[in-house]
Amino acid sequence: MKYAMLIYVNPHSWDGLSEDEAADISRQYMDLGQDPRCLGGEQLQGLETATTVRVADGKALTTDGPFAETREVFGGFYLFEAGDLDEALDVAARIPATWMNGSVEVRPIVERPAVVES
Amino acid sequence: MTRLDHVFREHWGRVVASLIGFLGDFDLAEEAAQEAFALAAERWPTDGVPAEPAAWLVVVARRRAIDRIRRERALREKVRLLGVLERVDSGSDRGGGSDVNLDNLDEAAVGDERLELIFTCCHPALALEAQVALTLRTLGGLSGQEIARLFLVSEDTMKRRLSRARVKIRLSGIPFAVPSASRLPDRLDAVLAVIYLIFSQGWEEERRVLAGEAIRLGRLLAQLMPDEPEVHGLLGLMLIHEARRPARVADGQLVLLADQDRGRWNGELIAAGRMSVDRAVALRGSEAYVLQGAIAVLEVEDPVDWAQVALLYERLFALGGSPVVRLNWAVAVACAGDVARALEMLDDVAGSLEGYRYLPAVRAELLRRLGRNEEAAQEFVRALGLAASGAERRFLEGRLAQADREMVDPTTPRSG
Repeated sequence: MKYAMLIYVNPHSWDGLSEDEAADISRQYMDLGQDPRCLGGEQLQGLETATTVRVADGKALTTDGPFAETREVFGGFYLFEAGDLDEALDVAARIPATWMNGSVEVRPIVERPAVVES
Repeated sequence: MTRLDHVFREHWGRVVASLIGFLGDFDLAEEAAQEAFALAAERWPTDGVPAEPAAWLVVVARRRAIDRIRRERALREKVRLLGVLERVDSGSDRGGGSDVNLDNLDEAAVGDERLELIFTCCHPALALEAQVALTLRTLGGLSGQEIARLFLVSEDTMKRRLSRARVKIRLSGIPFAVPSASRLPDRLDAVLAVIYLIFSQGWEEERRVLAGEAIRLGRLLAQLMPDEPEVHGLLGLMLIHEARRPARVADGQLVLLADQDRGRWNGELIAAGRMSVDRAVALRGSEAYVLQGAIAVLEVEDPVDWAQVALLYERLFALGGSPVVRLNWAVAVACAGDVARALEMLDDVAGSLEGYRYLPAVRAELLRRLGRNEEAAQEFVRALGLAASGAERRFLEGRLAQADREMVDPTTPRSG
């Protein structure tokens, strides 16, 4: 199965980390990206770079920033192949955000079966 | 329950577990099991109960399920089930095909996958209330209607709860497996928590069927995981508490342990509970359920060694125990003779137990024993405001009257 690991980070979680500590956390993110089961993943730029779009009556309404202030910010994601949810949860527990005041939401990807021959 | 109902309840969990293992789908497994049980209800009264009822039911249910998958194979949503057909048709999965002789079945051939099932039902990715409902439905064989009634929710709510849980298992890939060694301790804790929750929901007399179900699950787990001390500890704890049920309420009034009529305790259950706790201790268990089981055993001794009980509560609290554990520890300290210290211990946790209905009741009792009847009466009144059951209320009213009497006449002897 394919699982998305949606990473929610605390924007201040890197504050006060030493250079070595920060490098170590970065390396852990890189390692996960290099895992053979990892199908992809990206880190997003910070919340201050976000632009929100809504369409009402056919007209696009563009605003600066995210819609709401939140403690945890969507910071990036991985896409992982895993045999079952337990394996996916083990991977998720290795994502540094989970112990840096953030969290990871694990969601299965919708599998679209090829056209069925009867 | 009729004899046939008993046979059904006894085999439901095993049959459904085996079908889920075979089909990889909760809904289809349950439907197929229901069909097989319906057929059994039709045939067994005249043909007699087969020598291996579980095997008979599994084989019949598998055939039904396979027929259904063949009929519906064109349906997109059943696509994931086509793997079952491949296995059956290629002969790599035996025991399901029509070549199996129903009159000559081997129980071992259908296997026992109830342990896989219990770990799936109690997976922490499911909400706790869903874990409880699914465990009672799938392993216990209780109907959705029955579970709804026991948990005081509408049938519709329960139906949705069960169906959401099954959908989540399927779509999110919750495995039908016993967790690997590294995951086992946490996952076993989750299973034990569900069983204990079911047991404690059965405390009220109207819901005692839940206590019976929890004990059944505990026995099953002890049989499937004979080397896990916590499993035996929990089973022992439940058995001994259940043994005391007949004496817990007399004349509609709650009776404290010390005042319970020991003659009304169920000796058989106590003996079984002792054996479970002994086994847990022999396996060098020293975690929460083993400690609680050992406490339960000590509490049915005569006389009770309260100092020893207090010591075990202290250890339980050291394991990260809750304020409620501390409250029970304080009660043991009081029973061991140091009522004043017990009262101090209660004051330490009063803040975190705000609104907990047993806190004022215990405080009141301790104050009464110290002869501070006026304060005791105030606490009894507070406890009455929080009491949950009629039996509890009547107990507190009795105590309140006693405290009032003693206020008037301090020479009245204080009991228990």
